[in-house]
Amino acid sequence: MNLTARLPGLTLKNPVMPASGCFGFGKEYSQFYDLSELGAIIVKAATGEARYGNLTPRVAETSSGMLNAIGLQNPGVEQIIEEELPFLRPYDTPVIANVAGSTVEEYVKVTKTLNHSKDITALELNISCPNVKEGGVQFGTDPSLAKEVTYQVKEASDYPVYVKLSPNVSNIVEMAKAVSEVGADGLSMINTLTGMQINLKQRKPIIANKTGGLSGPAIKPIAIRMIYEVRQSLDIPIIGMGGIITAEDALEFLLAGADAVAVGTANFQNPLACPEIINDLPRVLKQYGFDSVEDAIGKGHV
Amino acid sequence: MITKQLLKINSHLQIAEDTFEVVLQSSMAQVLKPGQFVHIALPNHMLRRPVSVAAVDAHAETFTIIFKIFGEGTRQLGKYKAGDSLDVILPCGSYYPIDQLEMNQALIVGGGIGVPPLYYLAKSLKDKGVKVTSILGFQSKDQIFYEEKFQQIGDTYIATNDGSYGTKGFVTDIIDEMEPTFDYFFSCGPTPMLKAVSSKLDGRNGYISLEERMGCGVGTCYACVVPLKEDPSKSKKICKDGPVFSANEVILT
Repeated sequence: MNLTARLPGLTLKNPVMPASGCFGFGKEYSQFYDLSELGAIIVKAATGEARYGNLTPRVAETSSGMLNAIGLQNPGVEQIIEEELPFLRPYDTPVIANVAGSTVEEYVKVTKTLNHSKDITALELNISCPNVKEGGVQFGTDPSLAKEVTYQVKEASDYPVYVKLSPNVSNIVEMAKAVSEVGADGLSMINTLTGMQINLKQRKPIIANKTGGLSGPAIKPIAIRMIYEVRQSLDIPIIGMGGIITAEDALEFLLAGADAVAVGTANFQNPLACPEIINDLPRVLKQYGFDSVEDAIGKGHV
Repeated sequence: MITKQLLKINSHLQIAEDTFEVVLQSSMAQVLKPGQFVHIALPNHMLRRPVSVAAVDAHAETFTIIFKIFGEGTRQLGKYKAGDSLDVILPCGSYYPIDQLEMNQALIVGGGIGVPPLYYLAKSLKDKGVKVTSILGFQSKDQIFYEEKFQQIGDTYIATNDGSYGTKGFVTDIIDEMEPTFDYFFSCGPTPMLKAVSSKLDGRNGYISLEERMGCGVGTCYACVVPLKEDPSKSKKICKDGPVFSANEVILT
């Protein structure tokens, strides 16, 4: 079974990669399996300077999912390049860096700094983090801001740029068009949905940040719908994500129009989620009558 | 080496109100050290539940966990039976570094569901020839467990919040009353208790073990961080760098 996935700047041996923020910089999960099995790796977000993130508690479990409000904690782009990315060098899998910031200037600075790294293959532009006060999702919910930051990052980057869209919008196609018009090489969708959970005994939100991003199977139908809608109107490569647990879920994303898929929250439940999906994918493709990954892409459209 | 195993439950007993003791069979049992935890998956739950190791029997290749029902996940864990299997990640986190410490006397201070890892610790300390004094706090008489087991290790004092057993009040009240002598203290329990114990024993050598809502449990997600005293803009991960920290290392909030 041919599992190859081809996207701008990325030829992947299989279409499955861990999603940003759910895999750190790879070290921990490398204890569970050989990271070379992965189609690619999207590492945790990088900002211009080190960030502490939000107060704890930062996570809460929900029905079929979880809320998180980490707040982009990371050691800063320079330290990520020097201390974190070299660890992934020995593995035969492309690394996608995730670029975040509070201002357009910070996004551009992070992008230019990442040009110096030879350890990455593409960028994921994070304009959809719902858990930081400044920047983050405001770029992901206003089409003109999304356009501006994508344009500037695209101008600054030596690498292909995949823009990670927020589902916290009423018109996802408008957002996709906005970033596509200024040269986004692809889309990554979807990020988390803003949610809240209140503790009955304490009479207050469980998460210290009050709101958090909802992920996991709870959001999968939303992700499928949004990818389907974007695929109907645009011919731009898509890395699909949102609640993938099984190879059947991955196939559903391909049918909706994703060219590759990312696995997020499932890693927490099962550290072997990615390799298990990869190993099961040929069986599932065959079962549903497909000869390859590429054969399945967009086949769910009527 | 951290790994994921499907482990058989050898026994599953209620030992106090809402409190269960579960013995699991594992080829990894002998690598588990006092203070470490295991991360347990439950059907239909997105996140695993971290539970401390309360005892290890290296010869039988078994280890014991003790948990209290707090919510849906632990309620489900309470319904398992001997013979069932659990999906467990182990070993997780740091441990009390007792092999690197020179001491003759140790003080154990535990509260509620913070008591179980201290039992494994106390037993290991006794095996090393250390004199162990234990001060344990519970909400009420019905919630007390392992009192006799601690008594077999050394002098043990119990406090209950409602006064239904032992000293009425908190573990810190017993510390005030008896002014124990020790080289190192080791504490685990709810954060307010850890704060009270750390401030009461400020300046003394000791180790504390923290609890927090966790995501991955292995150090990737940055959900369970704690700020550092020497630089509060920096933090450590409770699941990977902890749960055991030197008493003066982190800021308890």
